[in-house]
Amino acid sequence: MFANNPFAALSGVLPANAMQIYLVLMVLAVFAGTLYDVMHKGSAQYFFENWRKSKNNGASPVSGGEMVALAVKTGVVDVLASGEFCNPRRRAAHLLTMYGFVIYVAATAVMVFGYPTPATPTPRIVPLLWWIGGLMICLGGYWFWFFIRVDVAAEGKSPLRLMRADLFVLSLLGSVTLGLIWATLQSRSSAGATVLFGLYIMATTVLFGSVAWSKFAHMFFKPAAAFEKRVSDANGTRSNLPGPADKPELYGSARQQPRHY
Amino acid sequence: MPTFVYMTRCDGCGHCVDICPSDIMHIDKVTRRAYNIEPNMCWECYSCVKACPQHAIDVRGYADFAPLGHSVRVLREEAKATISWKLKFRDGREKNFESPIRTTSWGSIKGPAEYAAPRPEDFKNQDLAHEPQALNISGGLPALRPDQLKQGVV
Repeated sequence: MFANNPFAALSGVLPANAMQIYLVLMVLAVFAGTLYDVMHKGSAQYFFENWRKSKNNGASPVSGGEMVALAVKTGVVDVLASGEFCNPRRRAAHLLTMYGFVIYVAATAVMVFGYPTPATPTPRIVPLLWWIGGLMICLGGYWFWFFIRVDVAAEGKSPLRLMRADLFVLSLLGSVTLGLIWATLQSRSSAGATVLFGLYIMATTVLFGSVAWSKFAHMFFKPAAAFEKRVSDANGTRSNLPGPADKPELYGSARQQPRHY
Repeated sequence: MPTFVYMTRCDGCGHCVDICPSDIMHIDKVTRRAYNIEPNMCWECYSCVKACPQHAIDVRGYADFAPLGHSVRVLREEAKATISWKLKFRDGREKNFESPIRTTSWGSIKGPAEYAAPRPEDFKNQDLAHEPQALNISGGLPALRPDQLKQGVV
């Protein structure tokens, strides 16, 4: 099961390039959705206005080399290590989901474009990575959904309560869960595989098609915001916040997890 | 002078929702970020501003009271037991303050639950809870004697 390419087995039912075209369409949907989101919310205008204000008010201008160093630091700390999270559980769940998603999407692309039919045998590592990525998404995503989500953990609402903010996480979890179930049934040539495949495609289309209305685009906005925050710290504006106190860090935190009920 | 949230900084952690004494900081259903649901009920206590780990909350005065161009921002660093304020005036003046969060050591003050429960006869006494010991006045509570009052008036 873990060494089978589920997309190769589809070539008996669908033409080999059908899934390839679908993947390209989903990538285009992400770009189109993000562009529409940016234009609709004015995010780029807000970002560049903030950037200009920060540059003009900055006490110590940031050199080109320093800017590159800050960009690298943003990439390594804030993006690759999800460093902006203060809560370790949220950070761990996000890292699992993020890297799971990257591995899962990459493995999907390799299988669909590189090994689309049974005539091109798939190296065992690729479907295995697909499964690992999918399971990481499920682990991080369901952990977040049932235990860490602020509505549930901090506000005491039912974990089954749905709202628009849940569109991204739910469609991602739905798509991956249905995909893994489909791959299981596909490997056993079970009767329900076709139905599961249809549901999987529907959930995946919702995930990538709803970018303009979901929080999908945060993966582009958050790194930009994190970089802008680092640059404003470097040039002295710090969003008008006072600088850190020149005192040693001696005390533990009395801060508790929010429990507003 | 209500609070508002910078959505690019907020990550929906819920600390401001937890600490707001008016219960007016809530999580938005569309973006799962915090926002002030009732700005005119905000008493600018700055609890949410200080509590936010991402410094995503700011306070802006109403324009007739505090015209635009000012900035009051606070940084609470619990690990250092300091709280720092930066005030920017419209004319460009800037004032910075740094204060300790507390002047007594952590754990040195008894919480209310650590005191013994009041006895029934304490409720008939004019003294408030923990008085007169908590007042730290030697020689007992100061009280006016009748001969200290202006004669012929009372």
